[in-house]
Amino acid sequence: MTNIERHTYDVVVIGAGGAGLRAAIEARLAGKKTAIISKSLFGKAHTVMAEGGAAAAMGNVNSKDNWQVHFRDTMRGGKFLNNFRMAELHAKEAPSRIWELETYGALFDRTKDGKISQRNFGGHEYPRLAHVGDRTGLELIRTLQQKIVSLQQEDFAEHGDYEARIRVFQECTITELFVEDGAVSGAFGYYRESGDFVLFESAAIVLATGGVGKSYKVTSNSWEYTGDGHALALRTGATLINMEFLQFHPTGMVWPPSVKGILVTESVRGDGGVLRNTEGKRFMFDYVPDVFRKQYAETEEEADRWYSDPDNNRRPPELLPRDEVARAINSEVKAGRGTKAGGVLLDIASRLPAEQIRKRLPSMYHQFKELADVDITAAPMEVGPTCHYVMGGIEVDADTTAAAVAGLFAAGEVSGGMHGSNRLGGNSLSDLLVFGKRAGEHAAAHAEKIGRRKPSAAAVEAAVDTALAPLARADAGENPYTLHHELQEIMGVLVGIIRRDGELRESITRLAELKERVKKVGVSGGRKYNPGWHLALDLRNMLVVSECTAKAALERTESRGGHTREDFPKMDPKWRKVNLVCSLDGEDVRLEHQPLPVMRPELQGLFEQTELAKYMTDEEL
Amino acid sequence: MGTKRHFRVWRGDDTGGSLEDFQVEVNEGEVVLDVIHRLQATQTPDLAVRWNCKAGKCGSCSMEINGKPRLGCMTRMSTFNETETVTVTPLRTFPVIRDLVTNVNFNYQKARELPAFAPPAGVAPGEYRMQQVDVERSQEFRKCIECFLCQNVCHVIRDHEENKHAFSGPRFFIRAAELDMHPLDARDDRKELAQAEQGLGYCNITKCCTEVCPEHIKITDNAIIPMKERVVDRRYDPVTWLGRKIFRRDQLDEQPVSASPKPAAAAADSGSNWHQEGPVPQEAPVGADGKLVVAELTLDRAAAGSPFGDDQVFPLPPEQLRYQHPSPPTGDGH
Repeated sequence: MTNIERHTYDVVVIGAGGAGLRAAIEARLAGKKTAIISKSLFGKAHTVMAEGGAAAAMGNVNSKDNWQVHFRDTMRGGKFLNNFRMAELHAKEAPSRIWELETYGALFDRTKDGKISQRNFGGHEYPRLAHVGDRTGLELIRTLQQKIVSLQQEDFAEHGDYEARIRVFQECTITELFVEDGAVSGAFGYYRESGDFVLFESAAIVLATGGVGKSYKVTSNSWEYTGDGHALALRTGATLINMEFLQFHPTGMVWPPSVKGILVTESVRGDGGVLRNTEGKRFMFDYVPDVFRKQYAETEEEADRWYSDPDNNRRPPELLPRDEVARAINSEVKAGRGTKAGGVLLDIASRLPAEQIRKRLPSMYHQFKELADVDITAAPMEVGPTCHYVMGGIEVDADTTAAAVAGLFAAGEVSGGMHGSNRLGGNSLSDLLVFGKRAGEHAAAHAEKIGRRKPSAAAVEAAVDTALAPLARADAGENPYTLHHELQEIMGVLVGIIRRDGELRESITRLAELKERVKKVGVSGGRKYNPGWHLALDLRNMLVVSECTAKAALERTESRGGHTREDFPKMDPKWRKVNLVCSLDGEDVRLEHQPLPVMRPELQGLFEQTELAKYMTDEEL
Repeated sequence: MGTKRHFRVWRGDDTGGSLEDFQVEVNEGEVVLDVIHRLQATQTPDLAVRWNCKAGKCGSCSMEINGKPRLGCMTRMSTFNETETVTVTPLRTFPVIRDLVTNVNFNYQKARELPAFAPPAGVAPGEYRMQQVDVERSQEFRKCIECFLCQNVCHVIRDHEENKHAFSGPRFFIRAAELDMHPLDARDDRKELAQAEQGLGYCNITKCCTEVCPEHIKITDNAIIPMKERVVDRRYDPVTWLGRKIFRRDQLDEQPVSASPKPAAAAADSGSNWHQEGPVPQEAPVGADGKLVVAELTLDRAAAGSPFGDDQVFPLPPEQLRYQHPSPPTGDGH
């Protein structure tokens, strides 16, 4: 028999990145006993990787900025596939969420009059990103982490126990959620450290597990990004939307290998960095799509004037939305004008004095100097597309973040809809604050209504058996590292940034084969901090999420945002009305078409008719 | 392509362990963590190591490489000679869990004992105004990625387990300094707290922490020394001393250090796994007024609450029992 540690909580938050911590704070403030479950140590979440900033229309730098403009930029960036209500709430609430962080102790960079400074970023009409040098994500995590500690101190003063009402379970992985009578009843997992099992009885669960990038070969994502939340939600009967849309960050390092996949923040381009091919040409001018023609400079001279005089000049094309830049780089490399490692050159060294670069991009400078002995003030960087962010995720109600299963909520990267087909830089930090808070609030309200629940013993036993299976097979099973490597090959080559019908079909066949082999995965060693076992359990999550992406990518016969089909290079207004919804049918992914919610007229009125015409069908107009 | 290099990696757990030798392929441009990952993928699938961003931003992969506290992801293989043996061991100051993974709970305990940011009264969110030069001083300390290398290298606790309960370590001195220098923090006793509660006095400024900081935070010069100096100012300044003698306590602007309750120090230095505690006792049922029901007469059931929880019905269904009746050994013997 297996020993299982049991806990009862009002609200269980799975994931301790920005969204998870913000949700937990809100649930605890609502008076609910809250658990935070983190795969890593407390404060190490992937959110620390976000460099650029958090987008919020505070209007501190340009007073013309407001939520309507932010909303418009977000919808444009997502090619109008966004859940308009989420984009609206996000634009409206982001400033309050940022200001709130200051009351938790955050120290953003300042404007001359002492307000929070805001910087330019790709796709944003005005300077909008609250930032701290280029380590905004770290500031956000640390601030939320310290707020949680301060709440624990309050509880300690009141109850004599720091963990009376909010507790962090660190280095703990959830492998199963329980649903009984159509509603959530608990979560099951193991401590990475000891391999011991743990069961959380709860009626309200917030998924904030982040993304899926670990299924790809070149990725900026860490080992944690195995699509756990996506897969857990699917297995409980909830649905995923937009899974074909993955953001490949246009500028990840491709060389040297020690920094392969690591992002070069867009602010390098915002601060004057330009992209050149190996012939020395500043090629982005050739890749401005028609819909953006009006907003972007046509000559190098005009583009260069913009950095100092943004009101009277149009923006340089290096600041186009990410997918446009990624696609341009990909085309240059395919045309043979890329570097040996398959990238192009991002040059800031020749554009700004070394001193300025170090001041504006300190951790960027520091990181590459330390990691790879590359001096960004002296030589251009070798960059190319790297898998960065998944727009798709759990289908949620915009206002409450509730998923299709009662008691299940989702916020941050694991949720879908907010960013449509493509996310603007800076919108993810604000997204996880806005919807993290909402998730915590509504999960607490749900717990208030339902009380506590308890999963059945039989379901828990089944979860234990699944978790132990790879260890039982030991060396006789398939090697998890080999399987993971093959999955990354398939996804990287066949379901990468540019997609084709034949390759997608091949990927689906090969994923099906891999799925059978993953069932036979085996690991040696015990349960105590055994990374092989951890990977073996993560594999089935990665696999089901990859299947969603591959199937949805094959189905959507157009190119839009983070989904580019070589055989269907144009955007099709008919597809703008459709969300592809993934659910689980036994072991297989089922794909369905679902109409997009229709934008309210007053929101439609924020756009010029000519702009809408680029996205919408005639009858919609 | 790659060359074979000699690695010695400590393997074991809290009961003991030893260095194991490996010959492993190393390619151009790789860091130590890449090599550890190759070991996992090719030779030792269960080699335990913490890591996360692999970009020097999260501070997870702290280890000791050739005896020096380093981040595995920030230590380039090109910094070693081709023939040099690379020895990788876990952080020494913290109890080993397994292989390169240590129990760093000490740090989370200490974080809790430090009073949090105190927001200024009467300043609404959105109304905070600070100048860049003023926030920059604290921002330096907020660069900290909590890799705990400074904590690991600090000799006050590195070989002195007994100091752990009285000493918070460099990581939390910079946190105290950060709050002390925060333009809007409402507390003004940060330095005194550092002295009285955090054990700032134990530090004798050997600067080891500054040396190992991967973020290059000037821990000693910019945080510890200024904190020490100003604590000294206040404690030994003759005018302050005279003032203390002349004025009544409530006439002094210097507030006495708050007597915050001493947290259970035992848990911090026992090195036990913090989540492995026994079950929490069930709360007693309270009435509508939120108070304990003292008379059985007013309780909705007779006698005291069940120690198993009032919602538990007996007998338990046999398939839910965690007990197996001992039976004579059979062929498949459990």
